[in-house]
Amino acid sequence: MVAIGSTRVAGEARTSSLPRRRRFGVAWLGLTPFAAYVILFLAVPAVIAVASGFFSATGSITFANLAALGDPTIVKAFQGSFLVSIVSALGGAVVGALICFAMLGTRPDGFLRTTIDSASSVLAQFGGVMLAFAFIALIGSQGILSKWILSITGVNINEIGTNGPLLYQVPGLIMPYLYFSIPLMVLTFMPAMEGLKAQWGEAAATLGATRLQFWTKIGMPVLAPAFWGSVLLLFANAFSSYATAAALIDQGGITPLSIKQQLTSETVVGVANVAGVLALGMLVVMVIVMVAYSFLQRRAARWTR
Amino acid sequence: MSAVANETVPLASTSRAGELPAGTANGRPPRRRVQRFGAAPSPVVRTVILVLAGILFVGPILAMLEFTFRIGLTGHYGFVHYLAFLHPDGTVDYSPLFQGIINSLTICVITVAIVLVILLPTMLLVELRYPRMRRILEFVCILPITIPSIVLVVGFVPVYRTVASIFGSQAWTLAFAVGIIVLPYAFRPIATNIAAFDLVTLSEAARSLGASWPRVILRVILPNLRRGIVSAIFLTIAVVLGEYTIASFLSQNTFQTALVLLQHGDPYVATIFAVAALLFAFVLLIVIGRLGTGGRKSRKAS
Repeated sequence: MVAIGSTRVAGEARTSSLPRRRRFGVAWLGLTPFAAYVILFLAVPAVIAVASGFFSATGSITFANLAALGDPTIVKAFQGSFLVSIVSALGGAVVGALICFAMLGTRPDGFLRTTIDSASSVLAQFGGVMLAFAFIALIGSQGILSKWILSITGVNINEIGTNGPLLYQVPGLIMPYLYFSIPLMVLTFMPAMEGLKAQWGEAAATLGATRLQFWTKIGMPVLAPAFWGSVLLLFANAFSSYATAAALIDQGGITPLSIKQQLTSETVVGVANVAGVLALGMLVVMVIVMVAYSFLQRRAARWTR
Repeated sequence: MSAVANETVPLASTSRAGELPAGTANGRPPRRRVQRFGAAPSPVVRTVILVLAGILFVGPILAMLEFTFRIGLTGHYGFVHYLAFLHPDGTVDYSPLFQGIINSLTICVITVAIVLVILLPTMLLVELRYPRMRRILEFVCILPITIPSIVLVVGFVPVYRTVASIFGSQAWTLAFAVGIIVLPYAFRPIATNIAAFDLVTLSEAARSLGASWPRVILRVILPNLRRGIVSAIFLTIAVVLGEYTIASFLSQNTFQTALVLLQHGDPYVATIFAVAALLFAFVLLIVIGRLGTGGRKSRKAS
């Protein structure tokens, strides 16, 4: 069946007189498994997740659940999420951009580059349970770095303040989050950095520009859209991250953890289906961020051609 | 890593510095004290940044390794914990971990099958017959990046009540959900590979030489896409082995959920497996990198 349908297309492609007819080919059927799969396991869950927030406990449609977004613990969770995501995105972007800068002028297929590329792809994906283990071993209460700092300065970094060990509080998440944000920055920003053409540097130098001037007048303005685009991507990645936080923090504190609390123990907020409302809230933030991201990416692509 | 890297950096940059002024053709000898210009940093700056970054990133991993060799809180080191799971004395039950690894590997196999049997043919079909659908396909495949797993999970819980009533509440059924999470990672390398070849022209050439469609797919298209497909498979494996969110909410025992469970009983062995998984992922990604550059070189040579 496929063979017959496709020969017709091959014929048409050359004559291109009957482009309409290809719409009725049997080959359309070939798209159904993928379409069915995506509808069943992407569209349906996404719609259920968001729609569930609009149903009351008895099953009638309501907007009352949205009141949950005003609940102090929920507000605090969103604030925590924004704090951790913004700080780790900005920090990760600056450090990652520096690493990209350091790799400029090295051979793209050289040992250094391929190693850093591979390491970045691994570490950017490392945002799970294992990352939590690594930081427990580093700066947990028995961590090697905490013990070292204690023996040298006499300061126990896990007893600063009154909230217990650093790593098990919301701001403590920033360090592990930086650990996967920086490699992600290297992966997403390096292509833009490589887009800086050597000729621009030569042209600027011919006109008497210093290297500082090159960066402030040419390099940074050209890279700005790509940089802020990457910041948004890092933010989105940190904002939607769950596993690391879940392995470190038992209670709530950031939005994904609030969703977990709502799914496992249900209402402290007083309305039904709060998990759905939280899912909607997260999705709204993510959609805004990703739309802005794709806009900036398009701006950035102008210079890579 | 950093020791070797330091050696290669100055070498690479001197050859580059030598090339640039020669390209400007102003006849000056390019070597000594040329005023540096352009974007590339000086070798010193580069080395400082990369060494600092290396320390920051190797630190936590070394801390994990150090942790696995500790003997309790005594301050001594040894291989006690490595022997512990090889010769369990019965105080800690390691079987959930091994079952979790088996479950994760099963999910891996099914997810890779989903990529190869559902995603790949769709991509080829769209490329060859419905190029106008390309944007839609790309949008759908990238979409899971925008929808966090934790949001999807809210919807997966009711969906999986139905799935469980059909297939039973088995770990392998997670592959359907994980396959969605994997879509962006599997799509990208294959799409990049497809973009590098003119599949339509290739297949028309093969067809005009009398090849049947199955033959075109098997002998012309798939060999050309080998690199993209292998990258997609490896990335899929890496994502599946690192997946925690969905498994934990759907109460299935996978590698990651077993690690969390074990961490309460025996944090040392949990950390040993975490390091091992990290090394495994690293090797996997190095192999992808090799395929990328090695494949291109061999093509040029032949």
